[in-house]
Amino acid sequence: MGRITLDKVTKSFGETQVIPPLDLTIDDGEFTVFVGPSGCGKSTLLRLIAGLEDTTSGEIRIDGTDATNVPPAKRGLAMVFQSYALYPHMSVRKNIAFPLRMAKMDQAEIERRVEGAASVLNLSDYIERKPGQLSGGQRQRVAIGRAIVREPSAFLFDEPLSNLDAALRVGMRLEISELHKRLETTMIYVTHDQVEAMTMADKIVVLRAGHIEQVGSPLELYRAPRNLFVAGFIGSPKMNFVSGEEAGKHNAHTIGVRPEHITVSESEGRWRGVVGVAEHLGSDTFFHIHQTGLAETITVRADGEVGFNHGDTIYLTPRDEVIHRFDQDGLRIA
Amino acid sequence: MARSVTSRRKALNTLVAWTIGLLIFFPILWTILTSFKTEAQAISDPPVFLFFDWTLENYAVVQERSNYMRFLWNSVIIAGGSTILGIIIAIPAAWSMAFVPSRRTKDILLWMLSTKMLPAVGVLYPIYLIFIQFGLLDNRFGLVVVLMLINLPIIVWMLYTYFKEIPGEILEAARMDGASLKEEILYVLTPMAIPGIASTILLNFILAWNEAFWTLNLTAVNAAPLTAFIASYSSPEGLFFAKLSAASTMAIAPILILGWFSQKQLVRGLTFGAVK
Repeated sequence: MGRITLDKVTKSFGETQVIPPLDLTIDDGEFTVFVGPSGCGKSTLLRLIAGLEDTTSGEIRIDGTDATNVPPAKRGLAMVFQSYALYPHMSVRKNIAFPLRMAKMDQAEIERRVEGAASVLNLSDYIERKPGQLSGGQRQRVAIGRAIVREPSAFLFDEPLSNLDAALRVGMRLEISELHKRLETTMIYVTHDQVEAMTMADKIVVLRAGHIEQVGSPLELYRAPRNLFVAGFIGSPKMNFVSGEEAGKHNAHTIGVRPEHITVSESEGRWRGVVGVAEHLGSDTFFHIHQTGLAETITVRADGEVGFNHGDTIYLTPRDEVIHRFDQDGLRIA
Repeated sequence: MARSVTSRRKALNTLVAWTIGLLIFFPILWTILTSFKTEAQAISDPPVFLFFDWTLENYAVVQERSNYMRFLWNSVIIAGGSTILGIIIAIPAAWSMAFVPSRRTKDILLWMLSTKMLPAVGVLYPIYLIFIQFGLLDNRFGLVVVLMLINLPIIVWMLYTYFKEIPGEILEAARMDGASLKEEILYVLTPMAIPGIASTILLNFILAWNEAFWTLNLTAVNAAPLTAFIASYSSPEGLFFAKLSAASTMAIAPILILGWFSQKQLVRGLTFGAVK
């Protein structure tokens, strides 16, 4: 079981309030991602749940019992840190066994669980090595191994992939997702990378300045962002925002069009512009279009075969049925 | 770009370094040489450097007159005891300052260091009176406590710099893994800080071994360490330089040997934090 409830939780450092009163429920078995720009309070929130920081006020309940003043060791949660935080003087085996040793578990049971975790995570060949002799990906696996042997009620991940290179990151992302499918344990995952959030989460919590901007499934957030911030944060490349006359035609203060919802043509279309930079990804090409008179730049995602060059004049047509409308407060108009 | 160093420049640098090194070492070298001279050669003018009649006579006399082993044993107990006691107190102190600092932590550190700037003689009188009161004069335990107190700021300060280098996330990981504060310090922090703790112990052992002010003022016979042993050769019957040198050589030999074998650790300890 691992249902975590935050009830009017706040956190201040001195005079500065980093988390204003916040309510959130994370259901048992759910993969929840906290996402937001740096300094939005997502890591602080995770550390409050972990117990590594004390709440200033409010209540944290784990499986219905008040855990607000329970020390981290007694909360039954496991955490994977950004820096891996392995014990450098212990072998992989001892690192993974450490939480079990602290729990005064029977030696034979410790052996059994460590061997189990090592084989699941492909660490058996490295089990006698020290963390210093491992690659980044292997270290991350040891950190995960150390977390899973305890069979915690929930896993907390604090930007676990940001120290890995791009290829490894994609691989580990899959491994963590598969681990979640297999264990069906609650996971809370903090990242600033919206791609990680979109691909892994059952539920995304978008944070800004300690406030929850929106909670929902990845596709809910993509299809119906509640405000301009969420609209701009979820989706890559970023959503295009257009205000003024063009927005007025849709009875909105601002309209948002995702780059993938614009078609390009060399002869006809609703908006006219000049190609600035073209980013070729192979499968797709991102065109940054200038001089449209709508916004400084309009980004368009086109098929990789579309071959416009810098300086070409092209025409853009947004798909009307997926245009997002926002009022002057930046809130979504249904 | 790397600076290009010509071989002539290199030779010059080596020469300068050796000259300075020898200049610093010269008094010790001279003491050791003098200990092998006769009393007459020791004060001869002009002084003789290497070409004299080498003799072990002084060592024999010193050995005969005083019980070297007793002084040595006292030194070991006083220096070792004060260092161990200091470390036991300093580890938790440095832990709390490094990992749960408050707004005043920096001030406390500076205040502790400032006690080292007070001339020791300024507190001789009160401490002497306290020692009389508690019957600690000429008592090894009393000296262990005093030397521990005197070196404690340095021990705490050194450990603090070492602990600062240990990422806090590792200790947080231990906490998440269910370690109590005691287990966190015992199983995670201490093993990681072993090199730092070792050089701290070493440096403080040497400081305590060489400490002369308190050991001379607070001991007479029973607790007198090697510093008192040397001092006893400098007074009553006039100056016998050769014998004084022999006594000095015997007093510094153990610590010189210890220092020689642990020079790597010592250098690391002294420059820690300055270069990574």
